Amino acid sequence: MSVFQMPSLGADMEDGKLVEWLVAPGDTVHRGDIVAVVETQKGAIEIEIFEDGVVQTLDAELGARLPVGARLATVLAAGDAAPTAQAPPAHDTEPVARQAVPVPTPPPVPRPATFGIAASPAARKRAAERGVELTKLAGSGPDGAVMLRDVEGTASPPRRAETGKRVEALAEMRKAIASAMQRSKREIPHFQLSQTIDIQPASDWLSERNAKVPPAERILLGTLFMKAAALAAGKVGKMNGHYGADGFTQAPEVNLGVAVALRGGGLIAPAIPEADKLSLPELMEVMKDLVARARAMRLRSSEMTSGTLTVSSLGETGADAMAGVIFPPQVALLAIGAPKLRPWVIDGGIVPRLLATFTLSADHRVSDGRQANRFLAEIDAKLQKPEAL
Amino acid sequence: MTQDEARAIFLEELVKVAPDLEGEDIAETDHIQDDLELDSMDVLNLVAALHARLGVDIPEADYVEIATPALAAAYLGRRMAA
Repeated sequence: MSVFQMPSLGADMEDGKLVEWLVAPGDTVHRGDIVAVVETQKGAIEIEIFEDGVVQTLDAELGARLPVGARLATVLAAGDAAPTAQAPPAHDTEPVARQAVPVPTPPPVPRPATFGIAASPAARKRAAERGVELTKLAGSGPDGAVMLRDVEGTASPPRRAETGKRVEALAEMRKAIASAMQRSKREIPHFQLSQTIDIQPASDWLSERNAKVPPAERILLGTLFMKAAALAAGKVGKMNGHYGADGFTQAPEVNLGVAVALRGGGLIAPAIPEADKLSLPELMEVMKDLVARARAMRLRSSEMTSGTLTVSSLGETGADAMAGVIFPPQVALLAIGAPKLRPWVIDGGIVPRLLATFTLSADHRVSDGRQANRFLAEIDAKLQKPEAL
Repeated sequence: MTQDEARAIFLEELVKVAPDLEGEDIAETDHIQDDLELDSMDVLNLVAALHARLGVDIPEADYVEIATPALAAAYLGRRMAA
């Protein structure tokens, strides 16, 4: 049996507000399933579970603000026997996540009727996608269970009514950014290397490719940059991982953080797992989905914590270059300036070429200029052969 | 399709891509990237939405033709008439 706790969704997170359960006692859960929604400074985050088992009890009340490490639910792992006595308090069985946050054992509360609401798995999934609370729906299934059609019948919540809430959420996000960036600047000895890269071959190749496909299948130049960065991170391991209490741990895979600017202000950097293994069309699809969910402030817990290197792109128009601040506990951040048509020397002649400046911020506790240089050289080389990306 | 119809559809799809623009006064000459702050992903989503709705496939070279509501109304009206 294990205790499902309020996860830490970032170095700066202290607590979260439980807003929705997507499972009920008796439900079978699998590793990676989304089981709850928690409101944090970075929006509503879908919390995944990291083991297989059966939900025994839900131990936290909806609406409660709970510290990192607080008990949310009790899960019976496959093969476990159901406990006969009352479950022991969380801090006896599980290490408290990351910081020494006091973990209160929630008092046994009478379960609100909203717990354990009956709903089909498809309805739960769709409701989660739409941000609809199951408890607010009238179920048309057996015993009033909420079915997919009940969720389909609901319109997405009107955006206008949420404006005030969004403004508040963005103010919270600003606090979260401030906290993470202050920590980064306090703890990480940054150094930066820049390289201007001829991206004309990548741009030409992509234009030709995109001309042959409908809009829905087009790929953005930024996707090529992401793929090149992910491949470079796989080659230069000192840029890819986390720095913790025991120093640097290189990550076995490349989970590429993508800095997404939110309209109205704010920034969030969810991760794409194993981005180096995805084809360009796959990566593009994942990015579309990720950006849409980031803007709706509806990301998953693993996306918030699994990033091993972040890329921040200034987009199509804007400044030439940016020296970014590393997102702890990561150890590097790649910032890409807006592509510009500029004079360039090729074979002794001056020609107009599309150029972009790539600036790597790296952690001097982990790497030196030599590795940073190699990382940028890898990206340059990859972008000269876009067809191989 | 008249230019007014084209403009209305363009604005509808624009607001779907960038919901925070809903209810805002969008001027005829507002540039979707410079003034309304759409990024390249938003523009692609808008082009894909217009393709799905009107059947007009806007090639990348023509993205400049839909940079403002006024330009887009003229361009879409023209393409739909063709």
